[in-house]
Amino acid sequence: MTKLVEIKNLNVSYDEERVLENVALTISRNDFLGVIGPNGGGKTTLIKALLGLVKPERGEIIFHIPATKIGYLPQINQIDKRFPIKVIDVVRSGKTEKHPFNLFRKNQEETTHAENLLQEMGVLHLRNKAIGELSGGQMQRVFLCRSLMNNPELLILDEPDTFVDNHFESELYEKLRELNKRMAIVLVSHDVGTISYYVKTIACVNTHLHYHPSNIISTTQLASYNCPLQIITHGPIPHTVLSLHENDEQHGHNH
Amino acid sequence: MTSNMGTIIDLFSYDFFANAFWASLFAAITCGIVGTYIVSRRIVFISGGITHASFGGIGIGYFLGLNPLLGAAVFAVFSGLGIQFFTQKGKLREDSSIAIWWSLGMAIGIIFIYLSPGYAPNLMSYLFGSILTVSTTEIWLMAALSALLIGFFALMYRVILYVAFDEEFAKTTGLPVNLINYLLISLIAITIVLNIRVVGIILIMSLLTLPQATANLFTNDFKRMMPLSVAFAFIGSLTGLLVSFFADIPSGASIIFTLVVLFGLMKWFVFLRKKWLKNGR
Ligand SMILES: Nc1ncnc2c1ncn2[C@@H]1O[C@H](COP(=O)(O)OP(=O)(O)OP(=O)(O)O)[C@@H](O)[C@H]1O
Ligand SMILES: [Mg+2]
Repeated sequence: MTKLVEIKNLNVSYDEERVLENVALTISRNDFLGVIGPNGGGKTTLIKALLGLVKPERGEIIFHIPATKIGYLPQINQIDKRFPIKVIDVVRSGKTEKHPFNLFRKNQEETTHAENLLQEMGVLHLRNKAIGELSGGQMQRVFLCRSLMNNPELLILDEPDTFVDNHFESELYEKLRELNKRMAIVLVSHDVGTISYYVKTIACVNTHLHYHPSNIISTTQLASYNCPLQIITHGPIPHTVLSLHENDEQHGHNH
Repeated sequence: MTSNMGTIIDLFSYDFFANAFWASLFAAITCGIVGTYIVSRRIVFISGGITHASFGGIGIGYFLGLNPLLGAAVFAVFSGLGIQFFTQKGKLREDSSIAIWWSLGMAIGIIFIYLSPGYAPNLMSYLFGSILTVSTTEIWLMAALSALLIGFFALMYRVILYVAFDEEFAKTTGLPVNLINYLLISLIAITIVLNIRVVGIILIMSLLTLPQATANLFTNDFKRMMPLSVAFAFIGSLTGLLVSFFADIPSGASIIFTLVVLFGLMKWFVFLRKKWLKNGR
């Protein structure tokens, strides 16, 4: 497997507070990694480290692909929704400028690319709206388009399912599964039950990172990873998969 | 009415009025453009910090017998870069950093004006503005800044927009985010300093935010907001200037008052239009 990014012995702190401790993780081509963990567990911080946005206190992150080949969809609460910017410009901002100061270049190609992506996500009709006029779900689709502008080799999504209705949620995950044929994906989510149906492997992040090399995980295992999360089943998950590993739990049937 | 028109045209034969006219045009261009960036990015408080920090430079200018605006420029640019630096490093809360520059500048200004021998001429014009006393050199400086800003924002439009909208994301696409931020904060500082004489330290924030709020009633697009803000700023400052002349009231206050009235009128207009469109259906 070709490695894309490797994290070794990573510690990250904000001020005095240690947020990530001794984290190791390797992301390879074709990976589809689900990142789960409690609020404040350090998921977003891990992702920012993967993007080179936060400095490690200790340890190293080795990139085997150029930084611009990593697509990013930030957690929605990090975005200023009232900024006066049009949807089409948001999507276009995902494209790396080869010559940021050469502004007389042709950009028709870039606009067409952006429009194709919007079309694919079913939001092309919103192209000239201001970002703040969109619903949460529509916004997520626009940000997904933006993250794909550079044709990334690794796509990192921080809770793209926030504000998304059940219908688009499964559509989104199907879309990601399709994209996964072309690129590795790291998906942060709170919805352990649903994503475990789509991802290939799972990482539980709560200061420490526990890597789980399968998409099937039980509440007991979560507890042993120090990741106290409820598995809620809804959506298209076959119940057999869950009941299978629910068996190894003493007090199963809690959902 | 005709006699008033005649009077207005006559006014241009006075040098001071011609200067005031050009000053309001260039104030509108510079504050319209830079203010759009400030408002969109929600850094109004940072701009307040820079404005008040520049008062320190005015005080030192008086004390050393230099042009106070020169001192103001030095203080404004350094405080702007300082605020940006500490914010970027994340070592100090942004609002604390701003408050420190804000009060330090005011304190230094007051101390040095107190220490300056004799009476500080024009002090009031720095605090409250005095568009009729703007010098020809200052007009040329404002014209040069207008040209610089139009060029910079036209050429760098996308880069500025992307960095302002989502700085962290812009970093992941490889844009030189820190460089852009430092450049823009310096341009904000220079814009503030060159407009101090038009409306004064106390009121300059209004010139950087009111026309933008008015423009924002009509558009939600950064690119359109800039020229619209320039237009509203120009209408407001020219009308305010004439009102101050005929009513014999201070020009800075008159300009800001006109801008507020303009905002109120436009808000009312938009409200009526919406209501009318609803009933029409
Ligand atoms: N810029 C920052 N400065 C200081 N502390 C921060 C900063 N960003 C995050 N933290 C702290 O670091 C910890 C981890 O935050 P992080 O955002 O990585 O958690 P998360 O797992 O993504 O949580 P959530 O599920 O709520 O998104 C939290 O305690 C948070 O308060
Ligand atoms: Mg998070």
